[in-house]
Amino acid sequence: MFRTVFAVAAIALFAGAAIAQQDPIAARRALMKANGDQAKIGASMMKGETPFDLDKARKIFAAFEEAATKVPSLLPENSKTGGDTAADPKIWQNMDDVKARFAKFDADAKDALAKVSDLDSFKAAFGAIGKNDCGGCHEKYRIKKS
Amino acid sequence: MRRRTLTFGAAAALVVIVLVLWCLTIPATVPAAALPPHAPDVANGRTMFEIGGCTSCHATPADDPQKVERTKLGGGLALKSPFGTFYVPNISPDPADGIGAWSEADFVTALMKGTSRRGRHLFPAFPYTSYAHMTLNDARDLFAYLKTLPPVSGRVRRHDLGFPFNIRRLVGFWKLLFFHGAPFTPDPAQSAQLNRGAYLVNGPGHCAECHSPRNALGAIVESERFGGGPTPDGKGFVPNITPVGLQHWGDDNIAWSPKDIASFLADGMNPAGDYAGGGMAEVIRNTAELSAADREAIAAYIVSLPPRQGPKPPSKKKEPAGAAAR
Repeated sequence: MFRTVFAVAAIALFAGAAIAQQDPIAARRALMKANGDQAKIGASMMKGETPFDLDKARKIFAAFEEAATKVPSLLPENSKTGGDTAADPKIWQNMDDVKARFAKFDADAKDALAKVSDLDSFKAAFGAIGKNDCGGCHEKYRIKKS
Repeated sequence: MRRRTLTFGAAAALVVIVLVLWCLTIPATVPAAALPPHAPDVANGRTMFEIGGCTSCHATPADDPQKVERTKLGGGLALKSPFGTFYVPNISPDPADGIGAWSEADFVTALMKGTSRRGRHLFPAFPYTSYAHMTLNDARDLFAYLKTLPPVSGRVRRHDLGFPFNIRRLVGFWKLLFFHGAPFTPDPAQSAQLNRGAYLVNGPGHCAECHSPRNALGAIVESERFGGGPTPDGKGFVPNITPVGLQHWGDDNIAWSPKDIASFLADGMNPAGDYAGGGMAEVIRNTAELSAADREAIAAYIVSLPPRQGPKPPSKKKEPAGAAAR
């Protein structure tokens, strides 16, 4: 049983890596979409529509951390167009700034993951990350097409 | 003899026609005599500054939009449009390079009639089509507030427009067709909050100027006002904010409530937990400075807009996965 699970997991891991190699646009969109799904949960807790849950809060920041570490390597030169990318060509003219932003996003997400304990600390962390990290990058480097 | 009379008649007719056209396009002004005595309310002027979004165009640009100094209105931003590129002027209180030497009448004339201090038409890239709906006192308060900001030296270069769009007099015709600068009249049948929201959105907020499609002459298509449309530089898309857009929004078909809108205007977070990008992020930096009551008024008005279909956002191009890797 374990061998099957291990085999499936290994295949999934390699398949994921292979897809990332072949289609960085799809891979980074998937990571960003996962971010968005988690952010939606965060928004709901921020607004008091769902009760605060520490596990859910941690999962949100873990997803942010994953995107922050993986997306920078999914921006090869040849992925400016093609697929359905909302990435602004400015990214490739400012790659140092883009990488610095992802590094900050990663640091902020790690910090939040370690420190979040209740609704207030969650609101502070989630709000700051959303506005500065998500918002800042999206304002400069994402083209809204719809 | 007859031919000379004909030629003379034709020339005279031409002169008359040109004179008539010239008169039709005389830039309107607000003379100083038309301004009753008014003690300016600088705090209200600041509110007008924030909802008017002056800084978003007139502040000296920085590489990172989040690092712009909002009170330094030295101009210089390049606005690409289908008619060429507009370079936003300096409206800091610098007496030589900004509006420091302007009178109140000069300012109100520019804001509400779209006429420059030298009596020439201003291009409607400056949204006086919306600002004209402001009250005279709000305009005067705004002027008083602008005068408190730091002077910034440096004149901005002239616009870079193609022929014939660079002929200012022709804007006179554009105004005849598209500029109906009537002041806002509150609707007695609606609540004070709704009237305030309607005033803020249609006047200083000038929301429709981005959130509407435009025709070939760059005027808003009235039947699709607030229905969304391409950004002026053609690269992005501004959403439909009538119920057609806001009641079936995003991947999950969310309906924005007034509370969603008001909180979005405060911190930029939309109901999907994503943060406003593109031009709207700039707007949020302004609306975040308003009172909660004003944001709620705006939200109440927005949800009350009549549903309007606007242009379709560009369809997503589907290319086979892996095409980029080739």
